[in-house]
Amino acid sequence: MKLSLICLFALAAVSLQAAEDLSKPIEALRAVGKEGQGNEAAGKAWQEIVKADAATLPEVLKGMNGANPLAENWLRAAVGVIADEALKAKKLPVPTLVTFLKNTQNSPGARVVAFDLIHRADEKLAEELTPTLLEDPSSDLRRHPVAKLIEAGDAALEKKDNAAAIVTYGKGLGGARDEDQIKVLAKKLRDLGQKVDLPKHFGFLMSWKMIAPFSNADRAGFDTVYPPEKELKFDAVYEGKTKEAKWLDFTSTEEYGKIDFNKPFGMEKSVVGYAATDFFSTEDRPAEIRIGCKDGWKVWLNGELLFARDEYHRGAKLDQYKLPCQLKKGKNTILVKCCQNEQTEQWTVEWEFQLRICDATGTAILAAK
Amino acid sequence: MKTISMCLMMCLATSVVRADWLQFRGPNATAVSTEAKAPGDDLKVAWTADLPGRGLSAPIVVGDRIFVTCSSGPGQETLHVFCFNAADGTKRWERAMRSTGRTMTHNKTCVAANTPCSDGDRVFALFSSNDLFAFDLDGNLLWLRGLTFDYANASNSLGMSQSPVVLDGTLVVQSENDSESFAAGLDVATGRNKWKLERPKAANWSSATVWKNTVALQSSKGILAVDPTTGKTVWDYSDGASTIPSSVGSGETLYAVSHGITALAPEKGSVTQLWRNEKLNPGTASPLVLGDSIYVVNGAGVLIKASVKNGDEAWKLRMKGPFSGSPVAAGKRIYTVNERGIFQVIDPEAPEGKVVKEIELKETVLTTPAVSGGAIYVRSDAKLWKLQ
Repeated sequence: MKLSLICLFALAAVSLQAAEDLSKPIEALRAVGKEGQGNEAAGKAWQEIVKADAATLPEVLKGMNGANPLAENWLRAAVGVIADEALKAKKLPVPTLVTFLKNTQNSPGARVVAFDLIHRADEKLAEELTPTLLEDPSSDLRRHPVAKLIEAGDAALEKKDNAAAIVTYGKGLGGARDEDQIKVLAKKLRDLGQKVDLPKHFGFLMSWKMIAPFSNADRAGFDTVYPPEKELKFDAVYEGKTKEAKWLDFTSTEEYGKIDFNKPFGMEKSVVGYAATDFFSTEDRPAEIRIGCKDGWKVWLNGELLFARDEYHRGAKLDQYKLPCQLKKGKNTILVKCCQNEQTEQWTVEWEFQLRICDATGTAILAAK
Repeated sequence: MKTISMCLMMCLATSVVRADWLQFRGPNATAVSTEAKAPGDDLKVAWTADLPGRGLSAPIVVGDRIFVTCSSGPGQETLHVFCFNAADGTKRWERAMRSTGRTMTHNKTCVAANTPCSDGDRVFALFSSNDLFAFDLDGNLLWLRGLTFDYANASNSLGMSQSPVVLDGTLVVQSENDSESFAAGLDVATGRNKWKLERPKAANWSSATVWKNTVALQSSKGILAVDPTTGKTVWDYSDGASTIPSSVGSGETLYAVSHGITALAPEKGSVTQLWRNEKLNPGTASPLVLGDSIYVVNGAGVLIKASVKNGDEAWKLRMKGPFSGSPVAAGKRIYTVNERGIFQVIDPEAPEGKVVKEIELKETVLTTPAVSGGAIYVRSDAKLWKLQ
């Protein structure tokens, strides 16, 4: 008994030592920054970390908490090397990785790595853990239980148990955050006669005030500061490119929330349009404005420019750009500038965007009113 | 002394047997093997290795190791770098990283579109997301960059594919797009910028050509040759060039993919046009020069042979297309793989050119083969293949 205790203390001391020994090299990896800053120190630190025992894996993973994406990759690569060796020697510390996974305060990226390692070491255990990930902060981890629910719904449907299939698909849709899975589930539910409110699920902003057409000749309109960037006066009338520019109300009926300037203003070319809306938040909180747009665009939140992109007609998709931001309690004004260029090909007709507000997981943040 | 001589002889013998294929289109981006022993015609599948994701990136070969990249996951966010043994296709190591830049691409391409390159000691893997990793040959991470993390508007929603090149201790990368368009020379040891050049604001998928100790950067505006260590202009050809197939240098001439093919004799500060043939119009594949001929695959999958002296056409050979990858050459043969995975061996010395062998890989292939050790390496959407 005494001997066991001594051994335990010794083991604990060794693992503590290991953790302490890695704190400096982990810090060196976390210190990397833009334009290769910190790479030299990180390279040396990385060599030190990969020599560590597999027991240190949770510590190395923990290093990813709050780290920038570059530091995350340094740490991810180190975890990969340590884990490869541990898996070969069957020494992966699975219980501590499970503990790490279950703590949702740890970074989503690190927990995805932890789950993958658990899966490689013990597939059955990973299967058992999968249903617990349906409401996870990581959209990557949610994919596993959602996929299982799709399978389960399909199985119920095969047995002609439509009621069970509806419940199962509905549960899957509730957890799904990735477009491909949402599309599949929405179709299955609709095929079973269920209503699915995709704009609400995604959190698209559907109603806007819009104004156009200002000139984008020679694509100069992208950088031209037109009146809506200085003032939002919805009863104002300005000189436009081909006609007077006036604000009008527009509500999208497209379930992926497309705000199409061509509809109210006609198929103009070399033009700039603006769309503005108010979003009422129940609290001060971090959020993401996610936009998909194949035209040149800028987005402001409460007068602050979040991002500007001057690429035209190279494609658009849901969540093409993710703009982290801070919502304030009450009214938040969002202004979008959408620039159409001079191209005349059939695939350059679109003058539109889609925009939603969500958290970092992709869960819609719905307006208070 | 005797031992040293023997070692030297062995080293020499090894280098004769196996030459590295260190970048997109191999030695000096010419697509022509420098090995004495060519793969020949009698090729069979020696081995295949499964890959977990797609890639338009070509394999590269350093010694007895094959390096290849791929991307996987629902949003192509997982970026893989693999090292395989050339002898039997067993995996030596794999590193899986996460994209820090944008991963949106056209469906035909993917995030693993840029071919990696090596200086013989390190492997540099660049992805369409602008993530760049430097490993030693044993898979130790030496440094990394997130070029969209650094330069937030450097991306192309259709995807990017410009393959890096390495010369004189500088890794030259291009991220040329409609918005924040640039080329940069990075220190191979640290990944830090040695220089950075603003480039034309226009999407560009062509890759740099290494020629006469310069790096020739091609774009819709033309070709800018820079000193790799400083980024300073050596010469500038400004009559436009393709943004997909890449130019090729051979001897004293650069064969620019510009208005068909334009043969250039650049010197410091000036460029002389030797000839131009607008009918030598490459589709997606880049041209190659073998002996005294230039070979171009046009958009219809027709291989055209022309004289390097004046651009005069010798013959046309219809192959089984379409092609996304470029042809490569070794010995007296040209090798190419079409998008449907039909590997074709061409005898360019036959009077009208001749396809002398076909191997059906039965998988989608959108990339360029690599040649080393008398073998050919091809990557399909799901596998790495060795043909020998």
